[in-house]
Amino acid sequence: MSIVTVQLGQCGNQIGFEVFDALYTDSHCPQGLCSKRENEAYQASCKERFFSEEENGVPVARAVLVDMEPKVTNQTLSKAAQSGRWKYGQHSCFCQKQGSGNNWAYGYSVHGPRHEESIMNLIQKEVEKCDSLSGFFIIMSMAGGTGSGLGAFVTQNLQDQYSNSLKMNQIIWPYGTGEVIVQNYNSILTLSHLYRSSDALLVHENDALHKICAKLMNIKQISFSDINQVLAHQLGSVFQPTYSVEGSCHYRRNPLGIDWQVRPPLSGLPTLGKASLNRGLHFNMSIANLVILRGKDVHSADLGGFKDSALYTSWLEPINAFNVWKTQRAFSKYEKSAALVSNSQFLLKPLDTIVGKAWNMFASKAYIHQYTKFGIEEEDFLDSFTLLEQVVASYCNL
Amino acid sequence: MTQSVVVQVGQCGNQIGCCFWDLALREHAAVNQKGIYDEAISSFFRNVDTRVVGDGGSISKGKICSLKARAVLIDMEEGVVNEILQGPLRDVFDSKQLITDISGSGNNWAVGHKVFGSLYQEQILEKLRKSAEHCDCLQCFFIIHSMGGGTGSGLGTFLLKLLEDEFPEVYRFVTSVYPSGEDDVITSPYNSILAMKELNEHADCVLPIDNQSLFDIISKIDLMVNSGKLGTTIKPKSLVTSSAGAVKKRHQKPFDAMNNIVANLLLNLTSSARFEGSLNMDLNEISMNLVPFPQLHYLVSSLTPLYTLADVNIPTRRLDQMFSDAFSKDHQLIRADPKHSLYLACALMLRGNVQVSDLRRNIERLKPSLQFVSWNQEGWKTSLCSVPPVGHSHSLLALANNTCVKPTFMELKERFMRLYKKKAHLHHYLQIEGMEESSFMEAVSSLSGLIEEYNQLDATKSMPVEDFPRLSIAV
Repeated sequence: MSIVTVQLGQCGNQIGFEVFDALYTDSHCPQGLCSKRENEAYQASCKERFFSEEENGVPVARAVLVDMEPKVTNQTLSKAAQSGRWKYGQHSCFCQKQGSGNNWAYGYSVHGPRHEESIMNLIQKEVEKCDSLSGFFIIMSMAGGTGSGLGAFVTQNLQDQYSNSLKMNQIIWPYGTGEVIVQNYNSILTLSHLYRSSDALLVHENDALHKICAKLMNIKQISFSDINQVLAHQLGSVFQPTYSVEGSCHYRRNPLGIDWQVRPPLSGLPTLGKASLNRGLHFNMSIANLVILRGKDVHSADLGGFKDSALYTSWLEPINAFNVWKTQRAFSKYEKSAALVSNSQFLLKPLDTIVGKAWNMFASKAYIHQYTKFGIEEEDFLDSFTLLEQVVASYCNL
Repeated sequence: MTQSVVVQVGQCGNQIGCCFWDLALREHAAVNQKGIYDEAISSFFRNVDTRVVGDGGSISKGKICSLKARAVLIDMEEGVVNEILQGPLRDVFDSKQLITDISGSGNNWAVGHKVFGSLYQEQILEKLRKSAEHCDCLQCFFIIHSMGGGTGSGLGTFLLKLLEDEFPEVYRFVTSVYPSGEDDVITSPYNSILAMKELNEHADCVLPIDNQSLFDIISKIDLMVNSGKLGTTIKPKSLVTSSAGAVKKRHQKPFDAMNNIVANLLLNLTSSARFEGSLNMDLNEISMNLVPFPQLHYLVSSLTPLYTLADVNIPTRRLDQMFSDAFSKDHQLIRADPKHSLYLACALMLRGNVQVSDLRRNIERLKPSLQFVSWNQEGWKTSLCSVPPVGHSHSLLALANNTCVKPTFMELKERFMRLYKKKAHLHHYLQIEGMEESSFMEAVSSLSGLIEEYNQLDATKSMPVEDFPRLSIAV
């Protein structure tokens, strides 16, 4: 079961490199804390998932690199090749000369259609190399122009062309105090479009990753490289192989195939009153939680806390909303490690904040001329706002 | 990667341009040790095989043979351009890139714009088209000129309209030197106001510069260097004003040091587009982020640090000082105090050994003392380029779209009105074909409109920030 990764824009490509590096390093880690056979099975599964074999024995990442200007992809390709351990395919990179200028409209309406064929061809080539395709992992930021706009366009295309495969988008939520002034516009346009075409949105906030580097890891001068490595570590611990059946040695679990989608109860959703944000919540209500345990003592770990019904919305039983994956093979030299992936109200506040800021800017019509220049009109903005307000309301009512 | 073409017009424009090309060569020489013609160099230079006669001979890869600047030099007098062609940079320019005349524009905007404009229109277009053809992907025209004279001001703004019509997709960045109060050209207010109208209508982005501010910055540096207050010596080549390296050398021409500051501004502006970094910023992102409404495209700039001391390990405090200085009124390149006016948007372009945590820490620290417009409370655009400028370990260029430009424009308008009320020197302009009193009136009204926009924004400064009511959704 293979995953094809599409890395878009500066952010997507910089992160993509760190992710593959983390995956490779972990799978070739000698101290797996498990039997040799176990380790080999793990390695083989990881390899099949993320790498394809090249003639001279150097694994090639199953990835397509896309950017509208060459500096970052050139750097990424050479960093990987220099390491000598793994690399990107020679022809897996699509690049242009002039970037998207932080303009979602440019990425979506100009670059998208213009380069649709070339990009989709590259992806198709990568798909053909897979024995069986699990799905797509798309890494992009929301704040810029290429990752966000072109990313939304490509995801839509993937939805049309590969409707039976799963698509997961790894989205980078920008710092609250600006990396890009129009980041809120770009974000709401991205999110509203992805909501219609993606199966799951995995979110990482730069602010949160930064805090991890500062508080938990005590790094003095934090660079984007540090931040990306933390992110890669988290993703690695989610995506590396795990058991699909208790006690079995078959690493076949399809990470993209978990029940990310929520099935509403058969009797229909209970009628909901007006949404109110000031509810004095004690827990962020969850729709679904996934815990992944790796390393020593995984079978004896006590997960009772996760099954508490107070964590879950009233119309779900914890048994339907909580899942565990386990493997004895340690991740990245950590004797024990755990990862939690959650679909909950945790993102409600950041989402609401971004929508609020974008709305305020939209009300003053600032920067709108930059978008209308390339075909994104005020109605498109309004559609996006409407959709996102609905998402906010839905989460609020859990 | 994209290319840019520099169009330098008039005496001031060409002198600054000359400093720019000198610094650009030094910068690329320092970064590019192997002498390979790479994409970074190609943004401003062509690689030419000089043995080939005629127009061919452009080499796109491999070793550097002979670098030619992507520039068009225009002046209606021969003095400055001739000096450049006899100086150390003579091989960098192609004789086909020049347009000169003998008589000069007599500090008269109308002569520059109307007379020379129509006379040289075809030639100008031809040179521009040629330089565009040499580019794989032309992104930007950088126009350098002064506002107070005749050629830079008149002809310089004439070609803005030409560029807009001929190359509508290419950005027009204009570096304009505004006349200071003590300017010795009497008609400079007329020339400036007439030029402003063109800048309002045809430029994508304008970086106004003021000679007085540049002079003040230089005096400050001289004071620091000569006062001996600094314990360790200043690193050679690290002055933002230096071109030849030796710190104590007396500048021959007073304008050399000042022009170097502007040249550094342009280099730093384009550094993140040319060199790699962890957070790149291309030229098209400048306009996208800093121009919220098409007419408000004037950006106040500041460069820090002005020099680097010789200590190798830069303590955090010094790095933070660099950020603080960027917002002080002493470091701005025009007479402006951004801290006490309203920000519409702010860009911080960092070079060298600065990481995202340094950036975040300083933004958090400085934010409370700055006022941002209500709809852009966190209006920061940031970029990190790994390559520092020559002689520095790090540097910061701050670009602000801020209402503090307003006083410069208001003062200009006042000086204009003083002259115009008396109809002083007006006949020099009116005798040029195509110039009428209405031309002046239109220009003033354009400027007044701009000032009014800034006034309205300033009026919102003291108002409490209110959130607009959100869409209510039926659940």
